[in-house]
Amino acid sequence: MAAYMSAGRSANAFSTHDFVPEWAQEEVSTGTTIMAVEFDGGVVIGADSRTTTGAYIANRVTDKLTPIHDHIFCCRSGSAADTQAVADAVTYQLGFHSIELDEPPLVQTAANLFQQMCYRYREELMAGIIVAGWDKRRGGQVYTVPMGGMIVRQPVSVGGSGSSYIYGFMDSNYKPGMTKEECLHFCTQALALAMERDGSSGGVARLAAITEEGLERRVVLGHQLPKFSNT
Amino acid sequence: MDISKRPQTFERQKGFSNTVRTEQVSTRPATYYLSGAKIKRFKMLEESSEPGWLSEEVKTGTTIIAIEFDGGVVLGSDSRVSAGETVVNRVMNKLSLLHDKIYCALSGSAADAQTIAEMVNYQLDVHSIEVGEDPQVRSAATLVKNISYKYKEELSAHLIVAGWDKRGGGQVYVTLNGLLSRQPFAVGGSGSAYVYGFVDAEYRKAMSKEDCQQFVVNTLSLAMSRDGSSGGVAYLVTIDEKGAEEKCILGNELPTFYDQ
Repeated sequence: MAAYMSAGRSANAFSTHDFVPEWAQEEVSTGTTIMAVEFDGGVVIGADSRTTTGAYIANRVTDKLTPIHDHIFCCRSGSAADTQAVADAVTYQLGFHSIELDEPPLVQTAANLFQQMCYRYREELMAGIIVAGWDKRRGGQVYTVPMGGMIVRQPVSVGGSGSSYIYGFMDSNYKPGMTKEECLHFCTQALALAMERDGSSGGVARLAAITEEGLERRVVLGHQLPKFSNT
Repeated sequence: MDISKRPQTFERQKGFSNTVRTEQVSTRPATYYLSGAKIKRFKMLEESSEPGWLSEEVKTGTTIIAIEFDGGVVLGSDSRVSAGETVVNRVMNKLSLLHDKIYCALSGSAADAQTIAEMVNYQLDVHSIEVGEDPQVRSAATLVKNISYKYKEELSAHLIVAGWDKRGGGQVYVTLNGLLSRQPFAVGGSGSAYVYGFVDAEYRKAMSKEDCQQFVVNTLSLAMSRDGSSGGVAYLVTIDEKGAEEKCILGNELPTFYDQ
């Protein structure tokens, strides 16, 4: 456990507007950890539950796993307002498209809708999104749409500020061909590790498994998270 | 002390700096006495006809790690030194000798780190002659800490000090920003951010020497594949009662993971 001290953090001791708390002037951000994993027959998605305005935790039980359609979810990271607005817009567009098609939409379609919006408004938005779900054509799929608006399909993807700390864990522990329970366990561990290291991630771990049958949601409370003590 | 084992002085190295916490660098005052970076910046303003990498500060975004086991320590580092986008040295050994059984791992500004290592190497030589026996690891770490703390505004280097002495066995000390703390293991450098999760999950108490070496190699490999500023080969040093054993693992011999 390395001793990490952020000596350069600018903490304004005396704000010019002392009658308004500092956190009320900060933008609401979901400094966050989100991830998604494909398995044969579906996907498992996970996120932490912390929303911050500066140093204040505005919501400690946030749900960052947002349904876009019956079998398609998105994991949101970045600005809370931006991601909510984009997700709402895409939910509308996808619903409309699905009615036109008269069948459930493809995950790739949803991901491309996100990508188009995130790319067009890339200067204004601060949104990193992972789109994951199940459809009949290609089964479980994970598409990542990071800030800037690119899109790429990956078997496993992590995002948000806490993701940096778990790239090594993800690379070493992910194996193709895991079962749903193994994926859930892998996600729980990865989220716990990231929440331990990233100050902007924390709270509870929210998980969801999406398969042909439907959706299964789980919450792992703080004291139930796996502990990795190395002191 | 064996003269042939003195650390080399690399006249051509300009410096490397830790790019992990860019906020740290930007809020630092502009006086960099001990690093060559300030001089380089002024040169850039006068003549812009030279390639960008000549006027960029030389950075070794780096990955360094040190871990204790019962009877010694294992240190590891990558080997990349970059200036802007160019890699100016792809085989630099960032594990620097402070004494026969005490090594330090360098990260942050290369000039700063190398200077600290040389100074402490000299001070340890004098100290070990005065006391008439091998110095303690804690003494070496304290000397590094004293320099890091006294010049903390000017320096941007982080050294992890590790070694073996007969009083305390294998020990690892971190000296980031002028603190001194002993830990079972430590990671540092820009690449370390990507492997915090991995080391938290995989570290177990009371690992054997071979397990520690494998742990270090795996960690370095993961960090080097994710961090653009780390790469090249992996250097390993294993220190125990008998002495220090240096090893170099080439890029193609490093462990690979599912997407490689």
